[in-house]
Amino acid sequence: MANVIEVDNISKSFKIHHDRHQTLKERLLHPKSGTTELFSALNNVNFSIAEGETVGIVGHNGSGKSTLLKCICGVLQPSSGEIRLRGSLAALLELGAGFQGELSGRDNVYLYGAMLGFSRKMVDRIFDEIVDFSEIEQFIDTQVKFYSSGMYVRLAFAVAVSVSPDILVVDEVLAVGDERFQQKCIDRIKKFQEEGRSILLVTHNADQVRSICDRAIVLDSGLMIADGQTSESLRIFREHQLADAQANDVAGTQANINIDSVTTPSGTFEVRSGAGIHLDVNLSAEHAYSGNFMFEIFTRTGLLVSRSDPQSSPVNLKQGPNRIGLDIGALPLLDGIYDINVGIVDQRGSTVIAWKEQAASMQVVYEGRESGIVEISSSIEQ
Amino acid sequence: MSEATSSGHVRRSLDDAPIRVVSVRPRLIARLKNLVNRRELLANLILSDIKIKYKSSSLGILWSMISPALSLCIYYLVFSIFLKNGIPNFVIYLFSGLIVWNMYQTSLNTATGVIVDRAGLVKKVSFPREILALANVGAAVVYFVVQVGVLAIFLLIAGHTPAWSFMWLLPIAFVGLYLFTAAMAMLMSAVTVYLRDVRHLIEVVLQLWFYMTPIVYSYENTLSPALHRHGLTLLYFLNPLTPIVLTFQRIFYGDTSVHSLVAPHQLMQVLPTWSMTKFFEINAGLVGIMIIFFLVAEVLFGRLETNFEAEL
Repeated sequence: MANVIEVDNISKSFKIHHDRHQTLKERLLHPKSGTTELFSALNNVNFSIAEGETVGIVGHNGSGKSTLLKCICGVLQPSSGEIRLRGSLAALLELGAGFQGELSGRDNVYLYGAMLGFSRKMVDRIFDEIVDFSEIEQFIDTQVKFYSSGMYVRLAFAVAVSVSPDILVVDEVLAVGDERFQQKCIDRIKKFQEEGRSILLVTHNADQVRSICDRAIVLDSGLMIADGQTSESLRIFREHQLADAQANDVAGTQANINIDSVTTPSGTFEVRSGAGIHLDVNLSAEHAYSGNFMFEIFTRTGLLVSRSDPQSSPVNLKQGPNRIGLDIGALPLLDGIYDINVGIVDQRGSTVIAWKEQAASMQVVYEGRESGIVEISSSIEQ
Repeated sequence: MSEATSSGHVRRSLDDAPIRVVSVRPRLIARLKNLVNRRELLANLILSDIKIKYKSSSLGILWSMISPALSLCIYYLVFSIFLKNGIPNFVIYLFSGLIVWNMYQTSLNTATGVIVDRAGLVKKVSFPREILALANVGAAVVYFVVQVGVLAIFLLIAGHTPAWSFMWLLPIAFVGLYLFTAAMAMLMSAVTVYLRDVRHLIEVVLQLWFYMTPIVYSYENTLSPALHRHGLTLLYFLNPLTPIVLTFQRIFYGDTSVHSLVAPHQLMQVLPTWSMTKFFEINAGLVGIMIIFFLVAEVLFGRLETNFEAEL
């Protein structure tokens, strides 16, 4: 299978000006003022995406993920390196960026289609599909400036996905519209996957990446720090975030907490469906710390089974080694392997202080023949 | 691998699809190819440009005619009636030069700020950025064509005969005009990203430029002897609009020497008495130079473009 995207040693740097004058007059009056700094946004990034793959790019703000995406879409030229693309590409960097408020929805569909590189004939053919998907039939001949922001992005999204590109590039736009429309967008993306098209998704929503992507790439300050299976990449991403948070912790409000291991009293992680399990979380803290304990259970395919309430389990950690016992009363799960992530969050439950991805994996044994995740007892009457 | 898609057609494998390359600085040929490939976008942008103008006012596209008509009236009043320059059918003389100027001026005025104004688009959507400037030039071409039509009607009503034998030079002169205007529009739109006051500067420069071009006066009758005496003729002709305007006047106004309105017995030299061959040589040479200028502008635009992201 061919590679649809090959990113070959891409670097990108920007000239950032400090107090530089942006007019000719000021430049002539103060010829020497202002300093220029070379800011490197991407550093020797290499990867390739095969046909039919869905790849997530994660990284916190300023990690260079948007710059990378813009290079791939051709909005930016890299400073060095080369990107090779195969097949048509539609990019959703900002929905409705090309819209002209004065024009009607209909005119904008054609204009936006042309901007994405699709011919009038092609847009003609899929026009009804676009209008249908965007759900704004009655307003299609209204000037776009009268649209609500929801209608605006719906129309833009509809154009980009209806032109059926070989590669779809999406940048944090799945957060638009109401819940129902979001679901529609995700369904459309899943359909894209089934059709064997490639998708590149940029987001900092780890759950979204986990549920959609086969593979994830992690960027940090312009460097690619991970490229591999989604769960493995996300583990690296979270650990990196924590390391950053600790490095930036000047006030010393965060205890340096390290989660060493998760064990069970019996030593086995095998559990019968419906039974409970007791886990011991061993961790060490540099300082005493009061926060909340939190855990997540995932299936091997990355589906979230349960995430505990981050505010309901207060723990007081003393300096040195600590042990937290976690009692899970009953696991009404079906046969399979489940991963457990554990962590400590602050008292408000908003900031992660320590985290361990895949701290333990348990094997749930179930004798029945049902399939899925949750055991539901059922009977029929006749 | 082929699967049926929603639209019913069979998706082909991408194994032998052509490869597009995003590289550090695309070569000139690649840039030009890309420009040609996106001609549909250019057409769309021109159309929407005109549509917006047409929609947002009740008079619509007429507005784009009112301003040139008004300046035509004013220049006629000032130079022919008040200052009595003595050129007969001065309106036609004026009109044939003004249509050239209007295209140049409209293009530059609208294109200069276009990249800055549409920063949101430039930073988010991939397309050859110079298309934005070229779309403004394209809209000006449409108005130009309309004005040529108005001029033709004018000639018909006035019963004035243009120089039919020179008419074939019109497309050549127009190509020169288009290339020069397009190149200038691209350059100015890119420079404005770095130096924002170029937008105001260009308005001032254009005012001056207008009087350096023989539109409201006759080059042959007024300037030519003086320039010749001081050896400045070449300098005057460094303005590419001069030969273009002279060609348009030669075609539409037709007469090179006329009887002055002020002194009817005196024969007055309004336009250069160049032969058709000389007109051709000048215009063909100009087109050649302008092709090079356009390519240079394209290359410069490509260089300036690389840091748009940080400057916008």
